[in-house]
Amino acid sequence: METSSPRRDLIMLAIFIAAVLTMPLWTAPIGANYPDLLQKFAIFGIFAIGYNLLFGLTGYLSFGHAVFLGVGSYAAVWSFKLFSMNVLPAVVMGVLFAGLFAAVIGYLSLRRSGIYFAILTLAFAQMCYNLAYSVLTPITNGETGLQLARADPRILDRMFFEADVGLPLTNLFGMEMQGYSGFYFCAVLLILAFFLSMRIFRSPFGLKLRAIKSNQVRMSYTGFHTRPYMMTVFIISGMYAGLAGSLLAVTDPLAGAERMQWTASGEVVLMTILGGAGTLIGPLLGAGIIKYFENIFSSFNDSLLHNAFSFLPDGVQDVVVGIVSLFVGEGWQLTLGIAFMLVVIFLPGGLMEGFRRIGALIARRRGRGPAEEVERP
Amino acid sequence: MSNTILKVTNVDKTFGGLRALSNVNLHVEQGVTHAVIGPNGAGKSTLLNVCVGRITPDNGSVVFKDEILTGKEPHRINQLGVARVFQTPEIFPELTLLQNVMIPALAKREGAFRFNPFRSLLSQHEIRDEACHTLEDVGLADHLAMLAGTLSRGDKRRLELAMCLVQHPGLLLLDEPTAGMSRHDTNRTIDLLQRIKERGMTKVIIEHDMHVVFSLADRITVLAQGTVICEGTPDEVRGDPRVQEAYLGGAHL
Repeated sequence: METSSPRRDLIMLAIFIAAVLTMPLWTAPIGANYPDLLQKFAIFGIFAIGYNLLFGLTGYLSFGHAVFLGVGSYAAVWSFKLFSMNVLPAVVMGVLFAGLFAAVIGYLSLRRSGIYFAILTLAFAQMCYNLAYSVLTPITNGETGLQLARADPRILDRMFFEADVGLPLTNLFGMEMQGYSGFYFCAVLLILAFFLSMRIFRSPFGLKLRAIKSNQVRMSYTGFHTRPYMMTVFIISGMYAGLAGSLLAVTDPLAGAERMQWTASGEVVLMTILGGAGTLIGPLLGAGIIKYFENIFSSFNDSLLHNAFSFLPDGVQDVVVGIVSLFVGEGWQLTLGIAFMLVVIFLPGGLMEGFRRIGALIARRRGRGPAEEVERP
Repeated sequence: MSNTILKVTNVDKTFGGLRALSNVNLHVEQGVTHAVIGPNGAGKSTLLNVCVGRITPDNGSVVFKDEILTGKEPHRINQLGVARVFQTPEIFPELTLLQNVMIPALAKREGAFRFNPFRSLLSQHEIRDEACHTLEDVGLADHLAMLAGTLSRGDKRRLELAMCLVQHPGLLLLDEPTAGMSRHDTNRTIDLLQRIKERGMTKVIIEHDMHVVFSLADRITVLAQGTVICEGTPDEVRGDPRVQEAYLGGAHL
């Protein structure tokens, strides 16, 4: 069963750390090596890893996870406003508040499973989103979004130094959290998040979560109280989202309600399914691909395409560009939609299943006998 | 000498207008294999459901050892030492055989809830060994890494039995453990259940197959239309005219 062994996990972790830290290098050929996008990769990677702990392990489809992302952002910005521009308290606040929200929403939503659970979480998310726009305006600053102001108290900062003339920047003990330093801060947290997720996957706790997905009736007749298990993993998952949300605020200190909208919740579901729900790496892959499409594909325009197809004769070039331009630029979501459909239809286990199949095929070609038992992490 | 381990007293249960159980009493002695038989719809499965907390009776009580089971949630009843094999096997189809059996072993060791995300499954040697032994016991040790969902129906039943046995329950409830099995598999299951009996595990077994009932049971309770019509040793039950009439339809035993 477990092709995973402590040694294999260690190697995987080492490769993962190396891959994350060298990301600015190997993303250069695909034009994604600018800090803004790299930060997004890391942040949404964390979001997807956390979501996968809930959806991938237990099968509970939450359709309102963006709430925790939004709450994390608001909490972080408030921490910047009230306490300090240091990112550590902001991250801690973001995680704690998201955990708190997850506890409340989880307590209510986890009374149901399946489609009812999904609808409940969606309802709570929309409720939070609308509240953030309306009655909670004093906290969220409504449509404008929560922003920093020069006049903010920043109690902790004021104890040590005078206010600057301009708006202060987020920092980690003086190191500014913009650009690459911001990315590396996110990257370190991504690595920690991944490590924790890996431990959960390999623990008895994780096995029990998978058993809940497989057969909840048997779980309770086997002597397990499934509610606290679901609560725990829901809160952990919410905290991951809160961490991601606070990092969004760290790299760009403002928070708006649109971060909580249902499209944002749907996006993380797409990421997880596209990459492979229930696998360790899959959700990260999904997050990377979606953010890449969103940022790179959407920036392709007609002149860029004309250049790319300049080797074709004029008439053909126009036709080709005409067709291709449907799928890039404004139309990037069309490409994403098609890719998603293809994956769901042909690879229900996500891209990771595709890799596994290719791996098995190669192993068979090499004549290593029958394909190894596939990994079930 | 014998002491009662399970005491079902005056249990009533009505579904809509249907009286599924009416004033049912059942006393199961320690170490005994107690069969509950009766025609379809007699209330046998309902009786088991009442015992494991799936159904709350309208009236009456179920006491296991000194604990009242009525009104308790299923996981608490299991933690007290009552395990159940279902009529349609309830297993974890997406997990491997070994994992399927390790989970109940973990339940026994860790209780109803434990949060241990930093412990590795691979370091749980005792649990693993225990699970392997139990799978060997039921004859499924050759396919530890196989997914449970791919097993045949008979093997799924055996797996579910292993999942219960690994917990060393004080009371094992079996709902038609040989239904849908070939004669060969049925005999193997009988052998297995007999071996368990030697370890002193108390069992309540619902079964249609009289061959199984009379090879295993020390005592038999006959249910018909929700009431107990007869209770006794296999020989007493075999000879009882009411049983002949209600259940066996005069069939020769």
